[in-house]
Amino acid sequence: MDIMTTVIIVTVIGLIASVVLVVASKVMYVYEDERIGQVAGCLPGANCGACGFAGCSDYAKAIVEKGAEITKCVPGGQGAIDAVGQVMGVSASAAASKKAVVKCQGYSCNTGKKYDYQGISTCAAASKMFGGPNDCSYGCLGFGDCVKVCAFDAIQVVDGVARVIQEKCTGCGACAKVCPKFIIDFIPEDTKPSVLCNNKDKGAQTRKVCTVGCIGCMKCVKVCPVSTEDGQGKAVSVKDNLASIDHDLCIGCMQCANECPVNAIDIPNCR
Amino acid sequence: MAMRLAAIFFSMVLVNNYVLVKFLGICPFLGVSKKLDSSVGMSAAVTFVMLMATAVTWPIYNYILVPNELEYLNTITFILIIASLVQLVETILKKYIPALHKSLGVYLPLITTNCSILGVTLLNVESGYNYAESLIASLGAGIGFLLAMVIFTGVRSRVEQAKPPKCFEGLPITLVAASFVALSFTGFGGIIESIFGAI
Repeated sequence: MDIMTTVIIVTVIGLIASVVLVVASKVMYVYEDERIGQVAGCLPGANCGACGFAGCSDYAKAIVEKGAEITKCVPGGQGAIDAVGQVMGVSASAAASKKAVVKCQGYSCNTGKKYDYQGISTCAAASKMFGGPNDCSYGCLGFGDCVKVCAFDAIQVVDGVARVIQEKCTGCGACAKVCPKFIIDFIPEDTKPSVLCNNKDKGAQTRKVCTVGCIGCMKCVKVCPVSTEDGQGKAVSVKDNLASIDHDLCIGCMQCANECPVNAIDIPNCR
Repeated sequence: MAMRLAAIFFSMVLVNNYVLVKFLGICPFLGVSKKLDSSVGMSAAVTFVMLMATAVTWPIYNYILVPNELEYLNTITFILIIASLVQLVETILKKYIPALHKSLGVYLPLITTNCSILGVTLLNVESGYNYAESLIASLGAGIGFLLAMVIFTGVRSRVEQAKPPKCFEGLPITLVAASFVALSFTGFGGIIESIFGAI
């Protein structure tokens, strides 16, 4: 068997394979709108699922083929909306951007543990054991389920409490979905105070487990200078022994934060 | 005949497991074994491509290469054929079975260069199996891959929750766990001879 025949045989096999592939790609061509790729390129590519679709490419497909709204990408913000709008020939403006905030200040200096937990180190598992090892059954467990799920590295656990890094947070909401204590809230991106506590127990009970827990003393409501439109309430209100601030009304005067006897009201992440 | 096919199948799944005993296809074994659904998807795609590749390469080897005394070219020919076959399969799936293409889609291009596929086709013709035996052997190899992947995904999910020493975190502890799983499979040595008699 001389070398030429060998070369020819292998070349023929290769040629046949390539011809089959070319024919197959022509015969079985699937038309795909080229805008899908362009739209997917405009999206952040984090596949966080905030839009409600299975990922960025799935959302791009839905925009082009099913005419889904182009404002659903929270992480991309106005930039992504403009870019997608340019491809699709429409324009829209984003809903106000929001940032995650963990409503807990239960650092080890403020609260304690009721038992030593040594099981699987996830919040989901720990919360099944009598509500978790913390004295306060409402507070952050600090095992970092939210850290794991964050596609933007925007959360870190500091001294047993998850902290959101505001510059990195895109408000996609993935963390709030996995938190078994439901203590992650979303606030508009500005410098207004928030109630950094989620404890709904009565004041005396809260006092026992945490030095910075909201005791529902109503002092913040009394000092708040802003009234609601009907004149019945204020920008800050207390429900179930827990204060909460309406950020649409709040003017950021900080009187409530200064008045709060337990320092449960503060501007998130200013420290 | 049926006995021999069964013996080949089980020896491929347990004794000659391509991942854990022959150490082929380690890349997807370590890369895609983090989640059960992706490891099962990968294994299904590998099994599918293994069967297809064997179905095509066996006739080419026996009816084109062997008569021309070109057995020594089997590696390069098989690479060529497998690569174009995977591409062809992807095109066909995309056109006619979009659902399957969507679920296998991510893994198919990865498989093109998976050494366990090439290993299965090469070792099949080397072992002198006939066509049916080759197909059964590659099916067994695929099921063995699935078994290894599923077992290792389970092991790995436990390892991820453990707290190994800092220097072992991540890949090192994964490799150690993989070696233990591989070690456990050596326990199957000799089981085929005992059950089916010598092949």
